[in-house]
This record gives sequence, C-alpha cells and structure tokens, in this order.
Amino acid sequence: MNAQPRFRNFAIVAHIDHGKSTLADRLLELCGAVEARDMRAQYLDSMDIERERGITIKAQNVRLKWRDHILHLIDTPGHVDFGYEVSRSLAACEGALLLVDASQGIEAQTLANCFSALEANLTIVAVLNKIDLPAAEPEKRAAEIEKVLGIPADEILRISAKTGEGVAELLDVIVERVPPPAGDPDAPLQALIFDSSYDPYRGVVSSLRVFNGTLTSGSSLRYINASALHEAEEVGVRSPSPSPVAALGPGEVGYLIAGIKAVGEAKVGETVTNAANPGVALAGYEDPKPMVFCGLYPVDGDEYVELRESLAKLRLNDSSFTYEPETSGALGFGFRCGFLGLLHMEIIRERLEREYNLSLVATAPNVEYRAYLISGESEVVDNPSALPSPNQIERIEEPFVDVTALTPSEYVGAVMELAQQRRGEQTRMEYISEERVELVYTIPLAEIVSDFFDQLKSRTRGYASLDYEPAGYRVANLAKVDILLNSVAVDAFSTIVHRDKAYDYGRKMTEKLSELIPRQLFDVPIQAAIGGRIIARQTVKARRKDVIAKCYGGDVSRKRKLLERQKEGKKRMKQIGRVEVPQEAFVAALTLDS
Amino acid sequence: MTASNPDGTQDFGVYVHIPFCATRCDYCDFATWTDREHLQDSYVDACVTDLRRRVEEGLFPLASSVFFGGGTPSLLPPEQLMTILGEIPRTSTAEVTVECNPDSINRSGLDIYRAHGVNRLSFGVQSFDEQVLAGLGRTHNPANVERVVADARLAGFDNFNLDLIYGTPGESVDQWLATVNSAIALNPPHLSMYALTVEPGTPMGANVRAGALAPDDDDQATKYELADELLTKAKMPWYEISNWAQVGYECRHNLLHWATGDYLAIGCAAHGHRARSRYWNLRTPERYIAAIAAQESPEAGSEVLDLNAQREEEFVLALRTSTGVSARKVDPEVISACVDAGLIDHISSTDRLVLTRRGRLLATEVTVRLLAGNNAGTRYDGVLTAMGKDRPSV
Repeated sequence: MNAQPRFRNFAIVAHIDHGKSTLADRLLELCGAVEARDMRAQYLDSMDIERERGITIKAQNVRLKWRDHILHLIDTPGHVDFGYEVSRSLAACEGALLLVDASQGIEAQTLANCFSALEANLTIVAVLNKIDLPAAEPEKRAAEIEKVLGIPADEILRISAKTGEGVAELLDVIVERVPPPAGDPDAPLQALIFDSSYDPYRGVVSSLRVFNGTLTSGSSLRYINASALHEAEEVGVRSPSPSPVAALGPGEVGYLIAGIKAVGEAKVGETVTNAANPGVALAGYEDPKPMVFCGLYPVDGDEYVELRESLAKLRLNDSSFTYEPETSGALGFGFRCGFLGLLHMEIIRERLEREYNLSLVATAPNVEYRAYLISGESEVVDNPSALPSPNQIERIEEPFVDVTALTPSEYVGAVMELAQQRRGEQTRMEYISEERVELVYTIPLAEIVSDFFDQLKSRTRGYASLDYEPAGYRVANLAKVDILLNSVAVDAFSTIVHRDKAYDYGRKMTEKLSELIPRQLFDVPIQAAIGGRIIARQTVKARRKDVIAKCYGGDVSRKRKLLERQKEGKKRMKQIGRVEVPQEAFVAALTLDS
Repeated sequence: MTASNPDGTQDFGVYVHIPFCATRCDYCDFATWTDREHLQDSYVDACVTDLRRRVEEGLFPLASSVFFGGGTPSLLPPEQLMTILGEIPRTSTAEVTVECNPDSINRSGLDIYRAHGVNRLSFGVQSFDEQVLAGLGRTHNPANVERVVADARLAGFDNFNLDLIYGTPGESVDQWLATVNSAIALNPPHLSMYALTVEPGTPMGANVRAGALAPDDDDQATKYELADELLTKAKMPWYEISNWAQVGYECRHNLLHWATGDYLAIGCAAHGHRARSRYWNLRTPERYIAAIAAQESPEAGSEVLDLNAQREEEFVLALRTSTGVSARKVDPEVISACVDAGLIDHISSTDRLVLTRRGRLLATEVTVRLLAGNNAGTRYDGVLTAMGKDRPSV
C-alpha cells in the first residue's frame, strides 16, 4: 500500500444547527473554491427542502485545495433515519471533524455518529463552534466531550464558523492529524459509492471514493453487488462545480456518470471495479430496510396513475423507500410505502406533493409486526388492517430500538416519565457532566414513530436530543384497534397498540375524530373496537341547518361565493361510505395527547 | 331565464334605498346611518335626478314593482318619499312596497302613502317579546305593532308583511312560538322570518367575538320547523326559504330576485340586475349625492357572469322557492339520494324538485349535491313563468 501524502479525506459530524453548513461555506471560501460573489448560504445543500429545513439529506462532497494539500470534504446527512448513508460516508474517509456548538454541547445523534466514526477507525478532530456567542461555554463543553469520547479537552479546537475565527488553523490541524489515505494505484479497482442522485439529463451521478486501483474515464466497469456492467461515461471532481478528469486514483473522491437510469442500480455501499480486471467487493454493503410504513393515497382517485408514476420517478433518486400497490376499502387504490424513518417519510410525502403536484392522504405511520399463527405459519404485517384475527394468533412480535437521549439534568425526570409511558426499559443512565445526562432505554419502535420526538422536545424545552438504533424483535401483548365510522370498519384507521393502552387509545381517537369530522346530514357514530367488542364511542350529531336566511339583490353574489367555497371544501374531503372525512383525520392518531 | 309574463312583457323592478335610521340595531350590517339627517333633502333630490336621467336614457320599461328599502324609509317625511315614487313610471297594477318601522309611521303618513299609490307595507317587527327585542338592540314597543297594523288596514292596505327574527341568543322556544302566534293573530298576508345571522363588523359580531353567546344552528332549525308548521296550518304556506304568504300575496318584487329578473338600483349601496349583469351603487349617501351632482354614474361596480355561472345561479335561486327546479337534467341517482334523505320532493306532475322542510334548512348542502349531479348547459325554467303575472299562485 502506498500512502497518498497529498490527500486528506474527512467528514463533518454535527447536530442540526451546530453550524455545519456555515463551516462548510467558510471552508469553501478560505480554500478559494467559491468566489465571494458566487457564495450563497448552505452552498452544499442543493434541495429546496434541505435549505428550508436547514438539514442535509443527501451526502455531498467537495474537493478543496489548502496550501499543498488536496482535501475532500464529505458532508453527511445528520439524521437518525439516514444512519446507513452516514456509515458509508464515514467509510470513505480517514478523519471526522466532530463539530459541537459551544453553548449547546454534544447531542445524542452526534455522539452516535461519532462512535460510528471511532468504530471505523477514523481520526476524530473535535471542534467547538460558535465561540463568538455570549452563551458559549467552551471549557465545560470540552470537558463533556473528554468524558464521553475520551478526546483530551486541550486537543479540542475552538472556532467561529460565522466570523471565520480559527478556521484556517482548523484546516492546518486536519492536514496534520488526519492520516493520508493509503492505496495501490496498480491493484484492481475498488471504489465505494457513498451517494447517488438522479439527473434527468445525465442519469445517475454517483459520488465515490477510490480505495485501490484507478478509475479511468471511458473504462468498462462492473458494479459488484448489482452484478451489472456499465461504462464510465464521465469521471470528475467537484470543486465544487463538477469538472471532468481523466482518472481518479487511490484516496481520491469524485463523481462517476455511467449511463445508469435509476439510483437503485448504483446504491450507496456499492463497490465499483474494472470489468476486465475485477477486484473484490468492499465490506459493509447493506440494503437498508424500511422501518416505518404508511399508506399513501390520492385524495382524488383519478390521480392514482400519476401517483404511481411519481413514486417511480422519485425512486430513481432515492432507492431507500419502498412502495407496493394496496387497496383500502376506505381510501381506494394507493400504495403501502416503507421508509427509513419518520423524517424520511415526511420528506418523500412532501416531495410528492410539491414536485409532482399531488394531493395525498397519508395514513398514520406504523412499524412492521411479525404475527406467529396457531397454525404454525407466520406473517409479516406492515399494515395494521392486515393483522389476522386474534383467535388465529399465537403471538405477535414488534421491533424495539435502543434509544439514547442526552438531556440537561433538570429534565431527567421528564424524560424518564416519557420513556416509561412509552413502555421503555432503562438500560443505562450516566452523568456526562454535572448538568448533562445520558439516558439509554429500550423502547418499542412503534412508540417512537407516534410523537415521541415532539414530546421529548416539548418536555425538555427543546434541550434533549435523541438517537436510536434497532434492537431486534420482541413478543408484546398487542391488540388491533379498529375504528368504525357509521358502523363500518375503516381499514385506514386501524392501529396496533399495546393492550394496556387500547382503551385509552380508543377513547382519545374517537374523541379526536369527532372533533375533526364535520357534522353530516345524519348522526355519525364513531366507535373503537377490539375484535368485535366496542371499547369507545362518540357521535357526530347530524347537521340541521346550513342555509343562508336572506337572499335578495345584494346577497346573491355572496351566496354564490359561499357555494364555491362549499364545493372546494368537498373536494378536500374523502368520501368513506356515506361519510365525508377531511384529510387531517387520517393522521389524527399522531396528535393524540399522551 | 328572465321574468316574462304570459302576455310577453317582462317584469321590471325598481329598488330605492333609504340609508337613514333613528338607531342602529346590534345585528344590522346594512348600509344605513343614524347621524346623517342633514343629508336627507339632498339625498332625495339625488334619487329624483338619478331617476329622471334613467327615464331620459329611454331604457326604462314601466315598473311592475317598486320597493323602498333601507335603512328606514318611513323615517323620511312621507311627502318627500313620495316625490321619489312620483318619478317612477309604472304599470297600473304595479306592486309598491315601503319598509316601515312601527315606531316611525303614523296614520296620516300611511294615508299619504296610499294616496300616492303605495299598496304594500313591510313592518320590521322582529319579535313580540321585549326581552328578545332588547337582545337585538331594538327599541320599539311591541304594542306599537298592533296599532300600526290596525292603522294600515284603516288606511286601506290589505297587503302587508311582518319581518320576524328567530334564534336570538337567550330566546326560548316558547318565546319564539309566542312571537309567531302573535304575528299570526294579526292575520298578515305575508311573513318573512330570518334566522339571526351574526355579521362581522356589527356590535353583535364584536360581542360574539368577545365571547358572548352566538346563535345556535340547532336551536334555529327547531324554531324554523315549528314556525313553518304553525304557518302552514294558518294557511300561509312557504314560497321561499324565508318567506310565507297567503295565496296570492307573495311579494312580486322579491320574486324578481329569485327569477333573475331585471331591477334598477336607485340610491346608495343599492344593487341592481340588468341583462345578466349585477351592479351596485356607491356605498355612502355622500358619495352617491356627489356622483349624481357631478353627472357621473353612481355605480361602484358590476359583475357579468359567464353562461354556466348564470345558469348555476338561476338554478340556485329557483331552488330556494316553492316552485323549485326542473328535474329533467339532474342525475336521477342524485335525485333519488336526496329524496331518500328527505331533502327534496320530486313532484311528478310537474317533474320539478322542491325542497322539503328539512331540505330548506340544508339548502346549501342540497344545492351543492344537485349541482354536482347536474349536466352542464341545462336550461332551467324560472320562477315567474310558473307563478303567473298578477298574483302569482303556488
């Protein structure tokens, strides 16, 4: 193995709002990658959703020149939903820059990602940001980092990405501490894809890191995990605007265009090698499994085909969500979709509505259950309404996760209370400093996908942070609660909950629905049931009057406008049997008070 | 569909708005003022000038109905009001209505009206219960109503209307029934009954926003149903959602509205309809007077509907009346669903759809449903053709 002494590859691990994008902007400026006049905030976040939410969804990379060295910065998604993408981005680096807000301190997700970086043998360069803020407490925060990660406090850099203070020194430290990549230019090619995106004109553009061998423009390539052959149409680097190069050698990071039409054929984690002289696949390839599911239905049944086409197009760009056609008695034709997590679900839904101009009904999210039947068979259930009837079931298992929460110590009680309400079992509790506590719980994932995160934030005034990782399946005492509207079970409202919570859930759900469903021309009973047994009931009383009393000369135009509004309102309603149900009702379960 | 008569002539109405009141009722959002008495003379002059110009333009058929509304037309000295009427060319059988406040009209005033050709009066009664009247911010004494009705009869008026309001917060069902029975006892040829509606920008609107009790739809529905039952028994069937009359005493002027007939707007804030265009005059009396003085048009705005919207509007308005709409072009499935739900009757002899009592209260919903099941390009029969010319019969 030859060292490639001129290169340094590093990722930034940071919590949302800790200044990662601002730091990336400063690095681009300092290295002269972007002229000041072309500079815009969050330069590397290209999607509208990323800019609006201030988050990174897709991994980005940029080649920077600093003094005599070439640095490759890989900007990783920070959210728990994209843990696998993060792990592949880290795999492409030798170093990780741990960026922590000097007033907030390290957060749960950052900690989790930092442990991943340590496990991948990356050199960590810890940095406290925002030291220009009056609330900054760099000494305390450095001590915390030393306590939880073992990084000596005096090695932790202090910068302000906003003012630029300490950023040049940081670049020098990266060159000094992060080891140069190793690799043999003459060995068979091994290049790791850590991101793929779809460009309607050029097809799939993959970001990759070459470990061994040389990736040459025009060469024939083999995608090892996909078992597919492609030609390297264009190889290049981003600095940050893309520019083609003849070849990328060991340790280099760049992009590859190979005439591929869907990102599913160039997945994150894929190893690219030469067709003529193939190497072996790099370790760590996985197909991330969806963890959260919901039904997506067009409000207007005529838009089903458009929805199908839009899902197909979106999947060209994101192979980590799944969709299967399904039929709901209540909602008609639609799709059961699987996502990496709640944020991922929100993003996909928002992109479908925004980029493809669809109006959608989304059912409440659920997890994937395993039902073991008395007959000895088993079923995987990703839609609660498909759960076999109770008398056929021997046991049900549900997915659990290990949840790590970091919270200021004054909120420990609030976090513990929430975790217990959500069937959590504490496995660890540690004071990482006098005022910050790490709590670890094992909790059913289903309890997280309702409003756990919102509750955590509101009970800790926004100070607690959260990370989780799968902890396998366990048997649980679960029941399916059906909701009957006008005496007819509505499949889209069925939910699987813990039996101890079924009554409470049924009562709250029927109450909520009775607020959300407008009065109809007849009484509408709303019932919750387990099996055939009714456990809660509310009634939406029939509407008796909607007429405008006066309709003379000056009232006619006004009446016409009211009718137009009424007609528009009806379009946003989904007709279920004889009952008109507004879109919000289908996610009512998400906003039940707990 | 315009309001054409069996002899081929078209009904034509004139609405004159009188924007003055002695006091303002808490629920009222009409264009009326209590502090502009000094404008009365110049306002009447402006109405007269406006009318003369319209007549000179030559586009003024003989009026088959004239309606003085407000505000409180009876607040003007009767002679002054009658100078306006004198400028309106009308047919020999024209219906001429003046809205009156029982407090502001006396026997001699009624005689003057009668002598100048007024043949219909409309009294703003609202309630016979003092407590309810106080809740509405009204000041008149219910006993005045009996007196003024007797005076009207003596002055020779056989045709008059009483306006009632139901569903004022705090009004009990018994209080309301007592009001309806008091009204029936006066044997009025015509009754209008309106559900109290809270409008933004009124004292009542402000009170409700501040947390005061608002009218309740269910309470109003109950009161409507009970009153409709009483009036049907009293041989005053409904002929429009908020209007009941003895047979032959339906208000011709208002039927014009629901038949999308033409009517001329005189005075500030008045609305008119002409050749499928709706228009409205400047809102304040000052601006109306100024526009007329400057020989400018007093119109503030207008809208012309496309053919589909016009047909829809004709349908919507006709459905409010007891003549209903033709069933011919409405989806039979929608019809039978609405019939089954007790919202409409399908009259087989005329093949028309007419709202039931329940359907009248839910007219907005029924209209939306029927329109959704209604094929475009349909031509609907208006109301007046079915009603006849002189005294429309139901």
